[in-house]
Amino acid sequence: MEHPHRAEAPVLNKSVPVRHPGRWISAVIILALVAVFLQSLFTNPNFRWDIVGTYILDVKVVQGVGWTLLLTVTSMALAIVLAILLAFMRQSDNPVFRWSSWVWVWFFRGTPVYTQLVFWGLIAVLYPKISAGVPFGPELFSLDTASIVNATVAAILGLGLNESAYLAEIFRAGLKSVDKGQMEAAEALGMAKGKIMWRIILPQAMRVIVPPTGNETIGMLKTTSLVLAVPFTLDLTFATNALANRTYLPVPLLIVAAIWYLVITSILMVGQHFIEAYYGKGVDNLAPAAVNPAAAKAAGAGADVKHSMKTDFPEESAR
Amino acid sequence: MTITAEKPLVKIEGLHKYYGHHHVLRGIDMTVNQGEVSVVIGPSGSGKSTMLRCVNLLESISAGRISVGGQLIGYREVNGRLHDLKTKEIAAQRREIGMVFQRFNLFPHKTALQNVMEAPVHVKGQSKAEAQKRALELLDRVGLGDRAGHYPSQLSGGQQQRVAIARALAMEPELMLFDEPTSALDPELVGDVLNVMKDLAKSGMTMIVVTHEIGFAREVGDTLTFMDGGVVVESGDPREIIANPQHARTKEFLGRVL
Repeated sequence: MEHPHRAEAPVLNKSVPVRHPGRWISAVIILALVAVFLQSLFTNPNFRWDIVGTYILDVKVVQGVGWTLLLTVTSMALAIVLAILLAFMRQSDNPVFRWSSWVWVWFFRGTPVYTQLVFWGLIAVLYPKISAGVPFGPELFSLDTASIVNATVAAILGLGLNESAYLAEIFRAGLKSVDKGQMEAAEALGMAKGKIMWRIILPQAMRVIVPPTGNETIGMLKTTSLVLAVPFTLDLTFATNALANRTYLPVPLLIVAAIWYLVITSILMVGQHFIEAYYGKGVDNLAPAAVNPAAAKAAGAGADVKHSMKTDFPEESAR
Repeated sequence: MTITAEKPLVKIEGLHKYYGHHHVLRGIDMTVNQGEVSVVIGPSGSGKSTMLRCVNLLESISAGRISVGGQLIGYREVNGRLHDLKTKEIAAQRREIGMVFQRFNLFPHKTALQNVMEAPVHVKGQSKAEAQKRALELLDRVGLGDRAGHYPSQLSGGQQQRVAIARALAMEPELMLFDEPTSALDPELVGDVLNVMKDLAKSGMTMIVVTHEIGFAREVGDTLTFMDGGVVVESGDPREIIANPQHARTKEFLGRVL
């Protein structure tokens, strides 16, 4: 066959697409269920949306949101610092470090966070005074434990230490995911161990570490509702529960709490998106390289041809 | 190329390497003079890469001595006894030895420029401005001055390997080690990397090159060493060995790769 009109655009295939009746049926069923649910939201008087509206911006509730955020951020910060340390210790040449790190993770992952929170609440009973001095020798100074470990500190310690054990495993997995060649290349350049970890290995490990850590942060947001065990009584769940008990209206106040948790989670997810983008630089969000420069040149030449064709027929585009 | 004096820079004496019970290197002796290009060839598993990695201690030395510039690598000798060097001292020795890997091993989260600047700034303590100026010169030298802002994933294999060479040169080493630098490249990209290595050889850099590129050995090599089974089978002038190998194993190997 001859092709006298090579330059002409090919006639595109217009095939009949495969039909998907299952998609339509499932869509109808799901939409119907959603409609029923939405209708109940608006028509069921037991939801008491008026009460939700009254309490959503209540001072106690907003303060509860603040405390919940504070607990989440500080305990996660504590957990991240400890987890980096634990993960580095686990990779250390020093067997004492490796062993201590393992025991830490074993203990804090192996006991319920609720138990740990109660324990931190009782620390002042267990050790009424914190003192520094030579063991079995003279005492240098001493402080009342209760004055240092108040309910807030106990809650942060309880949540943070527990979380550090989980995060340590996430960080360990992240560090292991970095190619061995990276360590060798940095070593060959004469970089010191610490610099290699901070500048080469950890930034690459972050790509693997950030998504599960985001998960853990959102988990932590809700775990803060357990600080009642300390007892710490200012967080969001405690505040809404207290209001529910006073008003005898548990459902609308649970909705108030749920709305706030959802709002914070959504904000955290946005933050996670940007952190992931930052640590993915150079790897995730780039066009793949032209592996074959000849092909790239040819593609470039093709673009030039198109360009020159346009300039050859200016009246064509003007029409 | 002008070699003014036969001054040995690298001395490998009686080098052995065990992985558990596996005896990989069985007594290697080798000398590389200042400004020389020493090419090492041999079938895979012959121990040539392991030998190279021992020179900058990426592999520990089971037996024997390696010295670079008169300095014993990895040990300090006190009254005839060897003492292991500290991590910091080993790092200091590695600064004098550049290494180029088969798989490039560029830092993927840093641009080409940042890759080259990393060690001068964070190991040598050069100022950023100074390191950047020098890094751009080096990238120019390997033909990638216009790719400074690219991440490794945006570069071809050949370009990545040339950045890796620039990165090693940025530390101004007295010795460069090349571990099969073109083996992971598409055939049409090999030439660019070899040309950079040829220029480097011409500039008087002392190089140990483990490779399968017999043409490079013939053209650029000052000595050629053929290894098999963890020993040096034959060593001498590259052109002579390639044209007229003395050992049956060398003959057989060259017959397969040429």
